Amino acid sequence: MNKILLIIQREYLTRVRKKSFIIMSILGPLLIAVFYGIIIWATVSGGEKKSLYVLDESGLFSNKFESTSNLEYILINSSLDEAKKKYLKGDIDALLHIPKFDIQTPEGFKLFSKKGISAATRKKIERVIETEIEDSRLNQLGINKEALKSINANIDLVTVSLNEEGEEDISTTAATITGFIGGFIVYFFVFFYGVQVMRGVMEEKTSRVVEIIVSSVRPFQLMMGKIVGIAGVGLTQILIWIVLGLIISSAASVFFLQSTGLDSISSTMQNLPSSGSSLPIDNNVANTIHALETINFPLIIFSFLFFFLFGYLMYGALFGAIGAAVDSETDSQQFMLPITMPLILSIALSSAIIADPNGSLAFWLSIFPLTSPVVMMIRLPFIGFSWELLLSMTLLVGSFLGATWIAGKIYRTGILLYGKKITYKELGKWLFYK
Amino acid sequence: MLEVKNLSKFYSKHVALDDVSLTVPKGSIYGLLGPNGAGKTSLIRIITQITAPDKGEVVLNSQLLNSSHISKMGYLPEERGLYKKMKVEEQLFYLGRLKGLSSSEVKKRVNKWMEKLDMLSWKKKNIADLSKGMQQKVQFIATILHQPDLIILDEPFTGFDPVNTEIIKNEILSLRDNGATILLSTHRMESVETLCDHFTLINNSKKVIDGRKEDIKNQFKKDIFQIISSDEIKELPKVFELIESKKIENAYRTRVKILESSSNALLSHLLPKTIIISFKEDIPSIHDIFIELVQQNKS
Repeated sequence: MNKILLIIQREYLTRVRKKSFIIMSILGPLLIAVFYGIIIWATVSGGEKKSLYVLDESGLFSNKFESTSNLEYILINSSLDEAKKKYLKGDIDALLHIPKFDIQTPEGFKLFSKKGISAATRKKIERVIETEIEDSRLNQLGINKEALKSINANIDLVTVSLNEEGEEDISTTAATITGFIGGFIVYFFVFFYGVQVMRGVMEEKTSRVVEIIVSSVRPFQLMMGKIVGIAGVGLTQILIWIVLGLIISSAASVFFLQSTGLDSISSTMQNLPSSGSSLPIDNNVANTIHALETINFPLIIFSFLFFFLFGYLMYGALFGAIGAAVDSETDSQQFMLPITMPLILSIALSSAIIADPNGSLAFWLSIFPLTSPVVMMIRLPFIGFSWELLLSMTLLVGSFLGATWIAGKIYRTGILLYGKKITYKELGKWLFYK
Repeated sequence: MLEVKNLSKFYSKHVALDDVSLTVPKGSIYGLLGPNGAGKTSLIRIITQITAPDKGEVVLNSQLLNSSHISKMGYLPEERGLYKKMKVEEQLFYLGRLKGLSSSEVKKRVNKWMEKLDMLSWKKKNIADLSKGMQQKVQFIATILHQPDLIILDEPFTGFDPVNTEIIKNEILSLRDNGATILLSTHRMESVETLCDHFTLINNSKKVIDGRKEDIKNQFKKDIFQIISSDEIKELPKVFELIESKKIENAYRTRVKILESSSNALLSHLLPKTIIISFKEDIPSIHDIFIELVQQNKS
């Protein structure tokens, strides 16, 4: 037992001290944060501050253009030619010309600029004009704008799962997001760290260090030590990402709130072409919170850890067996396929599973051990605690034990066998060597 | 000390070991000889408990082989390998601790050995940056760090230059003098010749011969004597057979097989005829015995 700990320690420390691990742990969330930061910053600020002349010949927009912190409107009153001259002399960014127009067939609006203008700014201007024209048309038809707004509906369907023990709300949106995130993280880590196990085994085999090690410890101990050590690396990485993610997101929100102010964010939100949603923001927040409350997070988190751990252990053992059976990465391809197929399939089918989380496809895939870690995580927010979950977990643990037994046998023979092309038939025989 | 009894090991297509028995006495250097693919590595892997035999048993210190023996054995495999990206010192610590040494003990011993083999300046280097000979030394230290009772060395001299070969040879001898039993697997006959007290020859998965080196050599003696004399020896009585006589610099070397007489009779026959510079029995080298036995086996 003591020796397994030593192996775990070595596997863990050598990987955690690697530059690539540190870079991935720190830079990973940072890069994602920077990526989103740029997007948010770009939408919020819309680039530099712009200013433009507005020449309104229709007289409809005299007080409709409200300057914001990064877009300033300057109303001018002259002929178009004079306005153009004035624009060319000054350093204003653009000149907007609104001619007299017919409210039924609005056309002839022009935006003059020296260097072109950003799509975002153009959208903003268009929106102001469109809104005003729409308002005028509503007026002509005698429709009250407030009345129209109150018609606008925005709902999030709350599914209530009803059984003998009572009823439970499930927000479909929240369940979809939770399920997908959970499934994807399991997929990513099982795959990424499973391949790490394979590489580690191959490294030991090709460098021939394995023969020394197995003269000190049982091959099985070496294999399990490696798998568990790498699991530790994976968990460490998740932990770092969560902690860094929390720090970055809270730092980012503080930063954005201070630098731009809430009004600018909300004005941005209103300016964003949204699907006609005009609900007040705090109502949205309340909805989101309620939606999240419908998810059984303790169960999700427990199941996540369970499926992550056992899914990884099962796949890790299989990947380890492949690493032991082959001599080089190129040879590993033929054995990789049957193992990676179920994993890739479960992610590829994720939207089909979400579309019908209680269908027979979703059910069988979440029971079958090679797909269950990912698929069950996707389904879980919809089905909650049930016998299906217990069955899936039991089968997974059983398959983990089976996979470890098979992998142990293959590993023991494979690591000491060099320069031989391995076939499935050969692998089968290894299972029965003494 | 080590007894191998009727050991057999089968793989799907071939027999790796066929009823092999041998006894390695305590405190000896025991040569394990055999051509490539004879079954030496299979035998070693069974003794080091990497694989299990299909038939037969191994007894170590009058106990059936079990996992408690692992810490008493040191094994230097033929295919050398270390973790390329680990530092020399870390690597030795790790391997030593896997053999059950405490971390303070392992530090002390690593330092001692590195000093002894003149490697202290390599301590913090990555294995990948070391020359092959240096890596071999590291591996040698890893094999004996835990002071094993039974040291199994598979081709320990490959990759060493003559100077280092000598150093390692001396270390092996002093380990033996300190009470360790050494199993030396090789097909380099000269190292068996100089180091081993006992040896065994394995060919085609079977033991061909085993025993004390001197006994085996005597067994293979052919009553041939080598005489260096000032004059050429051309004729001999019928009880002797003249094999060859060659001129070497200022003398002649003659090889004579004694058929129905004695070496003393040969000597007294020659004394009046020529000046004898040297007279000695032609003892077969292990190399000759090896070749002879392997050839015999083929036919």
